[in-house]
Amino acid sequence: MAWIGQGFLLLLAAVAVFILGRDLIRDPRLFIQIVISGLQLGFVYALIALGYTMVYGIVKLINFAHGDVFMVGSFVSFYAVTRFQLHVWPSMIFPTLPRGVVVVIGSLTVMLLSMVTCVAMAVTIERVAYKPLRDAPRIAALITAIGVSFFLEFFGALNFVFSPRFIPYQRPFEVVTWYFNDGFHALTEAKAPPEGSITFSNIFVIIVAASVLTQVVLQFLVRRTKIGKAMRATSFDKPTARLMGINVDRVISFTFAVGAAFAGLGGVLYAIAYPSIWSQLGILPGLKAFVAAVLGGIGSIPGAFVGALIMGEVEALTMGYISTPMRDAVAFTVLIIVLLVRPTGIFGEPEKEKA
Amino acid sequence: MEFDLSFLIISVLKITAVLAWIYGLLWVLGHASRAMKAVGVVLAFAVIQLALSVQIGDSAIFNDFDQGLLFQACAMAMVSLGLNLIYGFNGQFSLGQWGFYGIGAYAAADVTYRWTGEDAQGLLVLGIGVLLGGLTIWGVNQFLRRYAGMPVLSAFTLYLMGSIAAWSIAVWLGGALNGLLAPLFGTKDAPGLLSSGPALQVVFFLAVLFAGVFAAEISFLFGLPVLTLGSDYFGIATLGFTIVVNTLMVNSDTILPFPEMKGGRGMIGIPKLTTWFWAFLFLVLVIVIMRNLIHSSTGRAITSVREDETAAKAMGIDVAANKLLAFVIGSFFAGIGGGVYAHFIGFLSPGTFDFLVGFNPLIIVVFGGLGSMSGTIAASFGWIFFLEGLLRVILGQMGTEAPTWRFVLYPIALLLLMLVRPQGLLGRAEWGFLRAPEVQPRAHDEPRPTPVPASK
Repeated sequence: MAWIGQGFLLLLAAVAVFILGRDLIRDPRLFIQIVISGLQLGFVYALIALGYTMVYGIVKLINFAHGDVFMVGSFVSFYAVTRFQLHVWPSMIFPTLPRGVVVVIGSLTVMLLSMVTCVAMAVTIERVAYKPLRDAPRIAALITAIGVSFFLEFFGALNFVFSPRFIPYQRPFEVVTWYFNDGFHALTEAKAPPEGSITFSNIFVIIVAASVLTQVVLQFLVRRTKIGKAMRATSFDKPTARLMGINVDRVISFTFAVGAAFAGLGGVLYAIAYPSIWSQLGILPGLKAFVAAVLGGIGSIPGAFVGALIMGEVEALTMGYISTPMRDAVAFTVLIIVLLVRPTGIFGEPEKEKA
Repeated sequence: MEFDLSFLIISVLKITAVLAWIYGLLWVLGHASRAMKAVGVVLAFAVIQLALSVQIGDSAIFNDFDQGLLFQACAMAMVSLGLNLIYGFNGQFSLGQWGFYGIGAYAAADVTYRWTGEDAQGLLVLGIGVLLGGLTIWGVNQFLRRYAGMPVLSAFTLYLMGSIAAWSIAVWLGGALNGLLAPLFGTKDAPGLLSSGPALQVVFFLAVLFAGVFAAEISFLFGLPVLTLGSDYFGIATLGFTIVVNTLMVNSDTILPFPEMKGGRGMIGIPKLTTWFWAFLFLVLVIVIMRNLIHSSTGRAITSVREDETAAKAMGIDVAANKLLAFVIGSFFAGIGGGVYAHFIGFLSPGTFDFLVGFNPLIIVVFGGLGSMSGTIAASFGWIFFLEGLLRVILGQMGTEAPTWRFVLYPIALLLLMLVRPQGLLGRAEWGFLRAPEVQPRAHDEPRPTPVPASK
């Protein structure tokens, strides 16, 4: 009798394919444009999702505070740019440098500063809040994570910290838009792109590049280095890893640090792409990145990446073709359906039976 | 405004009094003699009723603000008890409780809102719907028993189709019957039978009850497939449920066909029908149902699923059915709590049912002690009175950023509690009525005297 359930799922899939196919045929240009915006969102989610999936893989903790680390990352870059003009520091020291070099070095500095701050914060949180609870029941750690998350959100909303208002974000570099219509053209400000062309900006390129680069770096880190081997061992079996002489506490701290670095980078890129920030910025992107990690199979790094891209596309297509307010609902519905078909996510390994 | 010390002292006294009252209520409920039990419950009701009505100076001992806190605490206790059944006793990490709370609140509010607008359709549709929906679920269940080993997804599809059919009939039937009832409302000058006060009270009771059953039926449909997921996956799926429900609330006037709910602007004009009598009645009802369930053999089966699924299965316990049962009953409590909440606050906004606020029941359950009903009830009352009452006012006196500081201080308290006492305040201890009853050896359990062989 399995055909009833399968038929139901197939029916749902057919409806989705029908809607998407109809829209693709009706206006292919718009469809591709929406897919591009979905990719942009998805690649940012991928940066955040990596932190979730790594931490969950190693300590089995849903680190709700990760989204707020992400928020802090975007705020650090905001202050670095508006207060301290850090994005143009090379031109203050070497006034003769060409503008392009200044912008590249300056922006990289801003990103690096955010990443370092986030790493420091995440490691502190891990040491202060999570480490004492490592042997406590899992729910204690989870409640602590929720507590840390609430603390960061509402402490950030105080007037002398980040203030509870939305703040317009000043980008460290200018947006350049290109359009594709029989070859690539740069779009000058005065002119609108011709009919039927597809536009994308340098922000999209940077986000994709950064996200793919982190993915490569992370794969290298986990597969080829000694600390990566220690991480895999710790995630597999903590007591045995300790017996093999691995400093488990340091490995866990390192995992938090790597995740936070990517979250910091994601925070800067997210703020650049959607330039309005506030103290609860991290909640929804954080949650969706986590959902993306679950979708791809939590604990799996390529899974987080693929899950994030799916999440971004689902959201963008929903916004484009169904209705903007329904985007969270559709995203979570997709998650539930995927989990029903593959209970541990797309790349997830089947759960171990209780011994 | 300067700091008011007398308010602080009075508030602390009130919180202590309320907690003592809970202890007393549970104690009298657990009294052996049935007469004492009845007297005690009436007394417990009367004490608060007196405090709400006796005037000292220019306000009652429990003024309107305290009354609001009291009702809110009752609703929160019901929701949290439901969550404790799901998570504390059955071990299923659920974040969906807040969604069912919201469903109950909106469903009950819609019924009474329409009723005061002289429209019985809400009550009729909801009543017939939960009846037919329940019958359908029962019928499909009977049908599915013939096919052992039916995949969960197929079973879910059948239940879903059946429920959709049942609810379509209910909507049609409710619309048809509504026309028949319309004359009974009477005119403005000569109010009919159905516009009277007592009728409204009955409708309120039915609305809250039906809202609870409605939430329970939705939780059945949702829980059936989703409970097959592992613990954390189940948690995330239920979190998704809360978010989906919240999104639907925001779009209730555009995507859902309920213009009176007014979407994101919030539903106003809900009749404020919750009195202390109703809040107390529903609270005691929930406590009694929960306690009797937990200490029954079904309750022990539910608890055994938490302890060890494999062992429970080996003992012949239907793990999936018990998970579903706990989830459905827990959601029923949440729905009732929602109905009570909606009718004292008189205003529902989707912001109240946001998933961030939805962590509150979870925090309360963990705070009071997972698997301790007394802890959950005490923590709900303590939580509301302390955080919504005392801290809000005290901080309000000290500056303009009061609500923010409240949420800065309480996570810190939470972190400290988790560091000092990760098992929650009460652990698994129970008070009075909620304690496991001592097993009285029955007559035939006693060793029988060996019959003396008749002497020859």
